[in-house]
Amino acid sequence: MTTTAPASEWQQAAYIAGQAADGRVNIEIETEGMSLNIGPQHPATHGTLRIVVRLDGEQVVWAEPVCGYMHRGYEKLLEVRTYPQVNTLVNRIDWMSSFANEVPFILAAEQLMGVEAPERAQWIRTIFFEMSRIANLTLFLGDMGVQLGALTPVFYAFRDREHVLNLIESATGGRFHPNYDRVGGLKEDLPKGWVDECKGVMRRVRDFCDQMEDLLVGNEIFQTRTRGIGVITPAVALSYGLSGANLRASGVDWDLRRDEDSPLAWKHTEFKVWTHPDGDSFARYWVRLQEVRESASIIDQLLDGIPAGPIMAKVPRIIKVPAGEAWCHTENPLGEMGYYVISQGGLGPFRCKVRTASFNNISILPWLLRGVYVPDVITILASLYFILGDIDR
Amino acid sequence: MLGLELAYWQQALIKVGAVMTVIPLGALILGYVFLLKMMSHMQSRLGPMEAGPHGTLQLLADAGKFLQKEDIFPARSDRTVFALAPVVVMVSTFLLYLVIPAGPRLIVEDLDTGVFFALAVGSLSVIGVLMAGWASASKYSLLGALRAAGQLIAYELPLVLAVVGVVVQAGTLSLQGIVHAQADGEMFGFGGIGNPYVITQFVGFLLFMVASQAELTQTPFDMPVAESELVAGYMTEYTGFRFLFFFMAEFGSAFALSAIAATLFLGGWYLPGVNGDLADYLGPLVLGGKIMFVAFLIFWFRFTYPRFREDQLQTFAWKYLIPLSLMNIVATGILKVVF
Amino acid sequence: MAELPGVLKGLGVTFRTMLKPAVTVQYPHVKEAPPTRARGVIALKEENCTVCMLCARECPTWCIYIEGHNDKAPPRREGGKPRTVNILDRFDIDYALCMYCGICVEVCPFDALFWSPEFEYSEVRMSDLLHDKVRLGEWMETVPEPPALEVGAVTKGKK
Repeated sequence: MTTTAPASEWQQAAYIAGQAADGRVNIEIETEGMSLNIGPQHPATHGTLRIVVRLDGEQVVWAEPVCGYMHRGYEKLLEVRTYPQVNTLVNRIDWMSSFANEVPFILAAEQLMGVEAPERAQWIRTIFFEMSRIANLTLFLGDMGVQLGALTPVFYAFRDREHVLNLIESATGGRFHPNYDRVGGLKEDLPKGWVDECKGVMRRVRDFCDQMEDLLVGNEIFQTRTRGIGVITPAVALSYGLSGANLRASGVDWDLRRDEDSPLAWKHTEFKVWTHPDGDSFARYWVRLQEVRESASIIDQLLDGIPAGPIMAKVPRIIKVPAGEAWCHTENPLGEMGYYVISQGGLGPFRCKVRTASFNNISILPWLLRGVYVPDVITILASLYFILGDIDR
Repeated sequence: MLGLELAYWQQALIKVGAVMTVIPLGALILGYVFLLKMMSHMQSRLGPMEAGPHGTLQLLADAGKFLQKEDIFPARSDRTVFALAPVVVMVSTFLLYLVIPAGPRLIVEDLDTGVFFALAVGSLSVIGVLMAGWASASKYSLLGALRAAGQLIAYELPLVLAVVGVVVQAGTLSLQGIVHAQADGEMFGFGGIGNPYVITQFVGFLLFMVASQAELTQTPFDMPVAESELVAGYMTEYTGFRFLFFFMAEFGSAFALSAIAATLFLGGWYLPGVNGDLADYLGPLVLGGKIMFVAFLIFWFRFTYPRFREDQLQTFAWKYLIPLSLMNIVATGILKVVF
Repeated sequence: MAELPGVLKGLGVTFRTMLKPAVTVQYPHVKEAPPTRARGVIALKEENCTVCMLCARECPTWCIYIEGHNDKAPPRREGGKPRTVNILDRFDIDYALCMYCGICVEVCPFDALFWSPEFEYSEVRMSDLLHDKVRLGEWMETVPEPPALEVGAVTKGKK
């Protein structure tokens, strides 16, 4: 038994079935279960995650994720880079929502230096943060379809995500890696006409959500594939350190945007934190779909009231951070992301611990995959939604 | 048909030639129109545009590419079986074409038990699939092949049972006879458009479409190939022209099953008001049009839906489709006696 | 309106999309212009460069190679002492290493580096991605004017 937490009936049944299958394989027939390597190169692992599963027929008896195939040594690398350089590196951790990776690090550095970015910069930061959330989650909404065998949704996702990326590019210069955040503010201000363009794109994003609702969420086949698959109860979710939509889909009402006092502009907006009581794969999809809509509405609210003013606080040209420690975390698209920065007064951090959401999110896999069928492994992997860079760092 | 009397061997040669051209041609047309173009447009894109006008020659270019590839055998594969498997799948597809009538006299072999023959050879392909999966010495292939076997057995039944309704109504097992029965029949005393069984056997048509979707391993039921799970299943280890065989067999059998569906339910080559010699010339075109319609449905479902899970598919087949098709047969039988 | 079953709604979505025109463009024949701020390629304005090496030092991937030497230039005023100036011998950017972060452009104190949105400079050989100062100078003519800023922005006096 891997956990003492109360499991749902479904999980218990699956666990018992898994144990029974284990016994049957090893005692009655005296054969070994077939062990199957899903990954490191497998379409369902979005990169190089390897999951070793032992199968009885198509039922998973035992599973374990093996990560680290894409370890790039970020925490060590950050120790030998200056603060502006770190900024360009960290947005490659979760490459689907790069800007959201920069923000917590920059906030930590600002906290150490005791500077606060001007109000205008905070609003624009929040807009881009939510845009990267849209860019990330729209891809999930389409990709989940592909993992379940529907080819079309992912093309719609790429089609409508493109407009969001274009917006990011026209303001920051980079589609994937904006490198737009600076200690004390932003790189440069928005170009003219950007706000109006952004409003049009948010309408498109909402249309995309409606389309996904018709194409996937309402589809009975999709529902039979996802409902009741990979149920995570709130207690289990908390004990494994899940965060983000995976946690909210288990019914835990937890969102750092609302719960944490952040200098970013979320406090000026009205938004709902969506939760779902079921905790299954369908709930995770549904919650993320609502979150994309909610992000679009946050952006719309912010666009109307961006305060005028400078975008950069007064910071020295060469950034030297005084000695100290800071922990800053935000609600990233994948879940809680935080940086624990220790500075000894140098040009770069002395030590930096990166807490990424996906690493904790996949730690639940051995518990979750026991007793399910091979196709459900794919459903669960897709619905947990991890980015490989976010796991391995 | 042209007033020529040919020797048996000459006829046989012509027939073999016809079948050999129709299958690749059908596969190419379906592949181009639906896989490349319809899917692309459904996904807001254009698809291949460079090879030939509007990308028409893309599949030929692909075939050329496949032929150049190295013919790889996995180290621990059973070489003979591995090499034979695509051929078996291909042959079963070829045999399907023998009994489909394209005109009053345009048919390769007008067997008295045409439907029976078509369904029987159609399920031969599963042997090839099993051979491929087993001989590949790959776990993914094995899983895919076993899934395919389970699925094809489960779906052969509703497919056959759906056809039984048509056979009962037409009173013949010959495909040519079924077309004539639809052409000469009348619906509730109205004979203007004959009696296409898609209307009177609507439940049977739906069952047939669902079952043939599974038979062809198209998307709501494509677990044997399931790209995101089994990485193309039993085809995982195949390269080059052997893969091309599977690919052609997939589209060739899609073409053949569409043709059978068109024949059984849409009246085959029959177009209201076209009789005699004209039907012989127009027949292939009419049949082609109807095939395209059925294939459009098949591929439309394929590109829209996610796939079932293997056990859900079995549940669906045994708990819903088979009882429904049995009821359809009973209802058809009762109605046949009453009217 | 009565709710359609989900399986039919999905079919409707794909069918409607099929009738709409495609959103893709045929790349080599039709080109979408990248936005003016796009980080495509770095252009060098050689006369502004003072060989201060800031860019090479700040580059996170160390992909900039600079060499220079001191030289005597004629004095600014009549009868003055000859000035010491830095002459740029070599300025190479290895685009195979560059990660397009833009730090070099930002730290340059004399406005010698600029971003250009040009992106079509792929090469068959990796070594050809090393652009020397002549090639980098050629990109200068593709550098666009910086765009106007959104309402509410504080326009700086400089730049």
